[in-house]
Amino acid sequence: MVLSNEIIQNNLIEKFGDQVLNFSTASGILSFESSKEINLKILQYLYEEPSLGFTFLTDLCGVNYPDNIGAELVVVYHLHNFSENIRLRYSVTTSIDETAVFTASKLFESANWMERETYDFFGVNFIGHPNLKRILNVDEMDYFPLRKEYPLEDQTRIDKDDEMFGRG
Amino acid sequence: MEHQTNITLPKGSIEKTTTTLNIGPTHPATHGVFQNIMEVDGERVVSTEQTVGYIHRAFEKLAERRPLYQITPITDRLNYCSSPINNMGWHITCERFLKLDLPKRVDYLRVIIMELARISDHLICNSIVGVDTGAYTGFLYVMQYRELIYEIYEEVCGSRLTTNIGRIGGFERNFTNTAFTKLEKFLDEYPKVLKEFENLFARNRIFMERTKGTGGISAERALNYGFTGPNLRAAGVDYDVRLQQPYSSYQDFDFKVPVGTTGDNYDRFLVRNAEMYESISIIKQAYQKIQEFKGTDAEVYHADVPEYYLPKKEDVYTKMEALIWHFKIIMGEIDLPKGQIYSAVEGGNGELGFYLVSDGGRTPFRLHFRRPCFIYYQAFEELIKGGMLSDAVVTLSSLNLIAGELDA
Repeated sequence: MVLSNEIIQNNLIEKFGDQVLNFSTASGILSFESSKEINLKILQYLYEEPSLGFTFLTDLCGVNYPDNIGAELVVVYHLHNFSENIRLRYSVTTSIDETAVFTASKLFESANWMERETYDFFGVNFIGHPNLKRILNVDEMDYFPLRKEYPLEDQTRIDKDDEMFGRG
Repeated sequence: MEHQTNITLPKGSIEKTTTTLNIGPTHPATHGVFQNIMEVDGERVVSTEQTVGYIHRAFEKLAERRPLYQITPITDRLNYCSSPINNMGWHITCERFLKLDLPKRVDYLRVIIMELARISDHLICNSIVGVDTGAYTGFLYVMQYRELIYEIYEEVCGSRLTTNIGRIGGFERNFTNTAFTKLEKFLDEYPKVLKEFENLFARNRIFMERTKGTGGISAERALNYGFTGPNLRAAGVDYDVRLQQPYSSYQDFDFKVPVGTTGDNYDRFLVRNAEMYESISIIKQAYQKIQEFKGTDAEVYHADVPEYYLPKKEDVYTKMEALIWHFKIIMGEIDLPKGQIYSAVEGGNGELGFYLVSDGGRTPFRLHFRRPCFIYYQAFEELIKGGMLSDAVVTLSSLNLIAGELDA
């Protein structure tokens, strides 16, 4: 059977109705969203349904949209079906004040560290994760550096008195 | 001397029957900066906890303030054993995102560079596995051919390790005759050296005893752990990005995808070794295809995309249009289209992916690197649990962990 983006989309709509939304195709990859409460149901369905078979989690990462009030953080899953050679992008949004999202690490071992990385940089709290602590940054850090509220240093700042950097 | 009574030991440390052993952050066995906190019972590994992040440099944050062409030097520093693949992977991501078409000759030149990089990457990994099993000779012997590969890079882009090779749309200059001469020398001499290198290990009794049956993983677990590249193929899954989602005209080449069965250290060694032969064959095919270009076609080394490809310096001084484009590119004044893309290439140790989100600004809104070794290093505990400590060291090097890629 040849799997195509339309078949996946129809299959998902048939199963989940209006709970799956915002279907779009960019660069050949079908993307869709759902509410964060059903992320595990959807991932499990994509994994276990024989006609879909998205059993490989390629990538998991976060994105921060500070202007989307109430949906500032996005968790993006890139899934891959090897036998049909088709990729899929699925994302859930969460507010920055209440960042709980269910963990996918029971389904994919590979999600373990990728979720830790997403927690480390965006502060997404993965519920049920076996070992949710910082991975690349130091444990003592008290902020989530890839959020947009932390800009990189302004190159033109003049308050630094550091001759080593030629700004003195 | 006063008798000291106030020593407090951690709870349970007297009753404990295992030893805690730190391997790393800097240790000859790790070949990079990362730490393993191992719990060992005699020589057996009971458990291990990997600590990464010692050389984290916040590439993803840096990339949010840089125009596309300034991100290339960042990608050098991911897997620094095969920087050109990272550079090309990034260029290809940008070109796909910006919907640029490249001339075939550029694709083939890229293929040559990428396969040379793959050889140098696998060469390091396999010879280091040899070093860790006690055979130093192979490592020293093949180094001169990595040197030759680096000389070819040097001819093409001017640098050796962190190459920053190529530009969005092609190469910064055409390959010189010296580059091709060195490539010919490499194609002529290297296969024999590789054969000798293989003879040194592949049927060597000591090497086989050390690597067979250690650090093995089943195909199912490897997939669940997100393995890609030679490590996944050693477990028996024939997934190769070059074949599944061809980029840079890989569909024009005829090559095999070597697979193993048990996913152990020995299979990983053999898969990498076999891949080097395939890479040589791909380079030969590409070189042949390049020689078929005649006349002006043989001079093409970049696409005609003035918005993204820096003009020649002499044109900048003499032509108005070139000066304008030069200024716009250098000042980062070119807005990107809105949208997002995930694009992957087959890196030295797996699927190297770039997830680029653009909001229409001049820099990426978000750029995420899918680093293969960050993902498969999670499996390390499962690979070595219950085995000997000295096998864990071999497993560590045969996974080809590159600290720069782990930590981004």
